Amino acid sequence: MNRWLPIEWVMAVRFLREGRLQTIFIIGGISIGVGVIVFMSAMLAGLQANFIKRVLTSQPQIQLLSPDQIARLLRNSAGEIEDAIVQRPSQRVISIDQWPKIRAQMQAMPEVVTVSPTILGSVLAVRGDASRSVNLSGVEPDSYFKIVKVPDYIVAGEPRLTSEDIIIGTELAKDLGATVGDKLNVRAATGATRVLTISGIVDLGNKGVNQRVCYAALRTAQSLLGMIGGVTTIDITVADIYAAEEIAQRIQAANVVEADSWIKTNAQFFTAVQAQQNTNTLIRLFVGLSVAFGIAAVLIVSVIQRSKDIGILRAMGTSRAKILRVFLVQGGLLGFVGSLVGAAMGAFALVYWHSVARQADGTELFPLILERSLFIYTALLATGTGILAAMAPAIRAAKLDPVVAIRG
Amino acid sequence: MANEILKLERVCKAYNVGLPTETEVLHDIDLELDHGEFLALIGPSGSGKSTLLNIVGLLDQPTSGRLSIKGHDTASLGDAEITRLRGHTIGFVFQYHLLISAFTARENVMMPMLVDRGFASAEIEARADRLLAQVGLERFAGNLANNMSGGQQQRVAVARALAMGPDLVLADEPTGNLDTRSADAVFELMRQVNRVSGTSFLLVTHNMDLAQRCDRIIEVIDGRIRA
Repeated sequence: MNRWLPIEWVMAVRFLREGRLQTIFIIGGISIGVGVIVFMSAMLAGLQANFIKRVLTSQPQIQLLSPDQIARLLRNSAGEIEDAIVQRPSQRVISIDQWPKIRAQMQAMPEVVTVSPTILGSVLAVRGDASRSVNLSGVEPDSYFKIVKVPDYIVAGEPRLTSEDIIIGTELAKDLGATVGDKLNVRAATGATRVLTISGIVDLGNKGVNQRVCYAALRTAQSLLGMIGGVTTIDITVADIYAAEEIAQRIQAANVVEADSWIKTNAQFFTAVQAQQNTNTLIRLFVGLSVAFGIAAVLIVSVIQRSKDIGILRAMGTSRAKILRVFLVQGGLLGFVGSLVGAAMGAFALVYWHSVARQADGTELFPLILERSLFIYTALLATGTGILAAMAPAIRAAKLDPVVAIRG
Repeated sequence: MANEILKLERVCKAYNVGLPTETEVLHDIDLELDHGEFLALIGPSGSGKSTLLNIVGLLDQPTSGRLSIKGHDTASLGDAEITRLRGHTIGFVFQYHLLISAFTARENVMMPMLVDRGFASAEIEARADRLLAQVGLERFAGNLANNMSGGQQQRVAVARALAMGPDLVLADEPTGNLDTRSADAVFELMRQVNRVSGTSFLLVTHNMDLAQRCDRIIEVIDGRIRA
């Protein structure tokens, strides 16, 4: 007999071992429950991480824009009255007022990692007889490529942006029949025209975006869009991505700009994540409850089956507290062993699903995230659930009248 | 100093007290058992023998009267003290052996000591082996209870009852389920322990032959003692 284990533990293990079939079935039940929790939690975390990675590597975390232009009301003077309807003015593309000063301020903020001024506008890309309306982003590659990982998405050519270069989306390249090294005629609404060389072709993972995306050097785009020295947005990344909204609000309050965080512009995503998390919590709760009831049911049967053993143990001087502990340990052990098997099952299912489930473009549906904390948390939760579930049967066992128990 | 290990004074036991179905099963029982005495308790079924044994074994409480074990008035003791007194002073041998089936013969004998000390030790194992040798079952030490005959199980139960070196062993029809030869062997074993170690025995039996081989016979009829 093991000399290091307290007698309650020895009894608990022996009782579970003796009721082998019962123990195997309940551990099977717990394992399935734990496996579902591990699989769902890890997959959800993976999907979330994947989405966040995709969002944050293809768009800035905070974008500063010029505030909306509004119609200013005339001051009422004698004989002048305010119109009942004030028409919203058309929004001209204008530069952010004093953007170099704002950029310097942003760079001085400790929470801010990267600041990149950008100019955005619509242009016409023409090659031979084909032409497409596209969105031209004029960027400073050194800073912008730290925000949007354009080099990571390059499928042909290189992420080079001299004043003569342009990087275009894959679908646009297809539509125009263009490839790396080809010339592209770019015409702005102002009438300005530049001939740029395609230095790279980029795939941002969205067909619509790939049909319209074009990157050029900031100065090239400024001259094309007729906004020399101006920028339409300042793109920012921050150290804590989840603090983006709070930082954006502070920036907006202190400057004459509109600051949109990725959290605000992806509000639907957060609603979806919240809904998923709520569903996951509910599933965990109900799985946990069914596991708890399963353990309790098995242990109640065990108490009935072992009533004579309990009686004789009490007769030989075993305290009620010891009997209580024997059954609590059984509950805890069932939960713990079930959580180990379940975690292994969940991890195996996750690895399998990860290798099978692919996105339309063949890339992984979600990154495989198997954090140690998830397994520790699950093991603790299952063991705790086991102990809690064992409480009622254990109390029942401890309260057994030895005379009645021995009589059976 | 009194020599008695056990003393009952005007002990009564009733069930469903205060209800219309109240039934008194023991009436004014006075009983003394001396150190080293081997007492037989006989009587027809339903006469109250087992109830009396449960009260003496501190498994049940009298409705009234006084019970002293080794001079301790049990009425003044709490549940934990009663459990401790029972574990250290009294050993039990039941009719249906009641070995714990998940454990081997040696582990069953070790159990009262394990319960008392919390952990197994070489000393406890050695004592269990000595006791098994005493009841002639050293070869079966590693056998699970279910892999032994009724007589062997009952001898293990006797060894287990002696594990804590009790002053008193309560045996509730220990030979009731055994054939004559096994019954005789088990009785002789208890008698020998009684003679060698001076442990007192209170033996409930229907077997008059065995009862007559005890030091004293007490008959319980309708909840009263007829000496």
